[in-house]
Amino acid sequence: MTPQLRITLTLVLVAGTLAGCKSKTAEDTAAPFASTYVAPATAPILIQHATVLTGTGVQLDDADVLIQDGKISAVRKDAGTVPGAKIIDAKGRYVTPGLIDAHSHLGVYPSPEVWAHSDGNEATAPTTAEVWSEHSVWPQDPGFEAARAGGITSLLILPGSANLIGGRAVVLKNVPAVTYQEMKFPGAPQSMKMACGENPKRVYGLGGKRAPSTRMGNIAGTRAAFAKAKAYQKKMEAGSVEERDLAMETLVGVLKGEILVQNHCYRADEMATMLDVAKEFGYKISAFHHAVEAYKIADQLAQTGTCAALWADWWGFKLEAFDGIRENIALVDAGRGKDDEGKALKSCAIVHSDDPYGIQRLNQEAAKAMTAGRRMGLTISDAEAIAWVTANPAKAIGILDKTGTLEAGKNGDVVIWNGTPFSSYALADVVLIDGVVRYDRSVKTLPQSDFLLGLEPPETAAAKEAQP
Amino acid sequence: MTRTLVLLCAALAYAPAHAATVALTHARIHTLSAVGTLENATLLIRNDAIEAVGPEVAIPPDATVIDTKGAVITPGLFDAYTHLGLEEISGVEESVNSGSNNPRYSAALDVVDGLNPRSVLIPVNRIEGITYAMAAPSSGPEGPLFEGRGAVVSLGTLDSFVAKPQAAMFVVLGEGGAARVKGGRPALLLALREAFEEVRQLGSSSPVQRPAQLGALDAAALKPVLAGEMPLVADVNSAADIHALLQLAEDYGFKLIIHGGAEAHLVAKELAAKQVPVILDPTLNLPTHFESLAARADAAAILAKAGVRIAFSSEGSGNGSHNSRNIRQLAGNAVAHGLPWNAALAAVTFNPAAIYGLDSTLGTLEVGKQASFVVWDGDPLEATTTAVQVYAAGRAVPMKSRQTELRDRYLQRRAAALVRPATP
Repeated sequence: MTPQLRITLTLVLVAGTLAGCKSKTAEDTAAPFASTYVAPATAPILIQHATVLTGTGVQLDDADVLIQDGKISAVRKDAGTVPGAKIIDAKGRYVTPGLIDAHSHLGVYPSPEVWAHSDGNEATAPTTAEVWSEHSVWPQDPGFEAARAGGITSLLILPGSANLIGGRAVVLKNVPAVTYQEMKFPGAPQSMKMACGENPKRVYGLGGKRAPSTRMGNIAGTRAAFAKAKAYQKKMEAGSVEERDLAMETLVGVLKGEILVQNHCYRADEMATMLDVAKEFGYKISAFHHAVEAYKIADQLAQTGTCAALWADWWGFKLEAFDGIRENIALVDAGRGKDDEGKALKSCAIVHSDDPYGIQRLNQEAAKAMTAGRRMGLTISDAEAIAWVTANPAKAIGILDKTGTLEAGKNGDVVIWNGTPFSSYALADVVLIDGVVRYDRSVKTLPQSDFLLGLEPPETAAAKEAQP
Repeated sequence: MTRTLVLLCAALAYAPAHAATVALTHARIHTLSAVGTLENATLLIRNDAIEAVGPEVAIPPDATVIDTKGAVITPGLFDAYTHLGLEEISGVEESVNSGSNNPRYSAALDVVDGLNPRSVLIPVNRIEGITYAMAAPSSGPEGPLFEGRGAVVSLGTLDSFVAKPQAAMFVVLGEGGAARVKGGRPALLLALREAFEEVRQLGSSSPVQRPAQLGALDAAALKPVLAGEMPLVADVNSAADIHALLQLAEDYGFKLIIHGGAEAHLVAKELAAKQVPVILDPTLNLPTHFESLAARADAAAILAKAGVRIAFSSEGSGNGSHNSRNIRQLAGNAVAHGLPWNAALAAVTFNPAAIYGLDSTLGTLEVGKQASFVVWDGDPLEATTTAVQVYAAGRAVPMKSRQTELRDRYLQRRAAALVRPATP
């Protein structure tokens, strides 16, 4: 490529990106695979007389939520209206921030679950820091719209857990799209998936007769990767990198704190080991995922500022999941640390799904976890528990400054529920993303996934439409 | 609410584990019988059976009286398809006994030979209201079409864990079945017809030509199926497959139960007319397979409205038998998508009992029936409701499991300051 052509192409890319979205950061234009997400302009929306769980631990009764220019502009009683606002009377209903799933494989393991679609694990080597889950995302996965009907507005799409280091993960906005770039959350950091325990040693030791075949092999493999990354980082800083190493670029991103670590890890002892590995190389673990034994080290997690993304009650499907208990999330939530001045450090409990069905009812999973905690004697308000599916996952995946709570200035990511979200009977009535109605239960539409079109014989579909 | 629950727990804690006569008073009782739901009612049990139920029950002087203070009572929950008692840890092969991955072991396989009443899954699910479950065989992807015979197990009575052996025969059809015969649906249906023809020829003067589809014991095990004495539970999802199966059932005269049934709602009228029940997980609304492209969240409501008897199973999604306790949440979700509440409760109590021929003793709270029931602190289909006390055959089961012991150990180990006091 001639220098001239390279410059021209760069200009075209930059111009295209700028035209696509008004709120680009410098990193976005510099980074490849930039977001092309654009929120269509809509009229302001005023939601009135709702029970509002703000995600900040507060419940407001008979309160209003005003959304203007895609952002939340007021959350209080009698917020007042603005000209041209669409008014929704939510008397008797609940309003929460849009739900966020910190652990999803939608798009990379889409429906139907056939080999042709199986794009979540690059299980050809135990460390594949060079792969990006976004390059596997199929935006037509019918799971996205099912999750949207369950109130999910943002989600982290992770590579699978076959590998010690599985690659980069991407934060998506849960909007209908043809390309994943149109879903990519502007300004959100990437994450990197890591795994300990049974999966890597099974896939490689048992499946491939190669390292790692043991837990000690797992740790050695992880440490070797970071040791190499340290050396590469020095070269980068010295400007002496001759040939780009995509895997090393990811790991250096982790070492510099630009890429967040999401670590699949079940057992308490293994989490403690991983915290030590992180300390050795100077990176931070943003969250442990699936950590069924997190309750055993709840205070250590709070002390190190590590979130735990958990199921409400899954257990026993493999040996490292044998000690799962219903109270896990509530006990992690109750964990506390202390900073150098003796100030309390808060915990960060998250309800995650890892499942195309669970993601449709994260609110109910939170309800079960909250109930188990209360039954045990912990005081957990609805307002606190909603943070497990809103603010806390937003924090773990690096978007809390933009969404995850109902506060003025944040994105208009909002769910109006038909009643309390902590119920088997809860349904999302309206789901807003950046102030745009992306789901309305009262409006019957064709499926948004192209894949789902034409599945019903036209005569049956027509007959149904003709019904009163 | 919290106070009521505490008082109730205290009251139940003092209840003798095996009182001969117990009266539970002031309860909302969902009988699942013709009298429906009773308010402020009494359930009187003597030994292992229900002696009386109603708003005005004469309490005998020897009865232990427990005032439930407005608690809710339902029959014990019955999960219509699980591997309870047959697996400990799904990923640890040595602990899994649900079936065979060897086509040599087929219809004659009987789960009773592998059932473990001391499985840690049993108390975990029992204390959350599961009193009965179908323990079904499950063959691996290389396994046989006919998976063998399942048993109904009683989670609350370890001395009589097997409530009904050989309650049903299990077979895998659809995509899974086609893969097992290494062919498509036509080959699969042909394999079934060949197998049934061999069963028909049992004891006849024209012996089966070898190589046969079935071993001798397998053929014998299938005989009660073709005699209409043992139902055949078929794992099948697509409307086309169900349609073909209904024809096969007519040709060979077996009693059919659909398991899976992702597209059963498309043939609901036929299923209702032929009185074929469907066991499903009502939350499976995604086209996860090409045989379930028409899956939808209101499938249970459509089936029930058409008159199909439905029962729910935990094996479809999520965490399977380990979380059999979640079938009531599944039922609640079906209600959110249009299933009447009573029909949803029936799908996890009476209907499975009826499907497996146990409705004369289980599934409702009526005089003479077994005293297996649950005392709840609210709506049993609600995610925030807890089973306060479970009774199995008249006995208050210990509300403990490996999970409650783990919880209590780590709760104790926590610094007392970190545990905030409960609301007064």
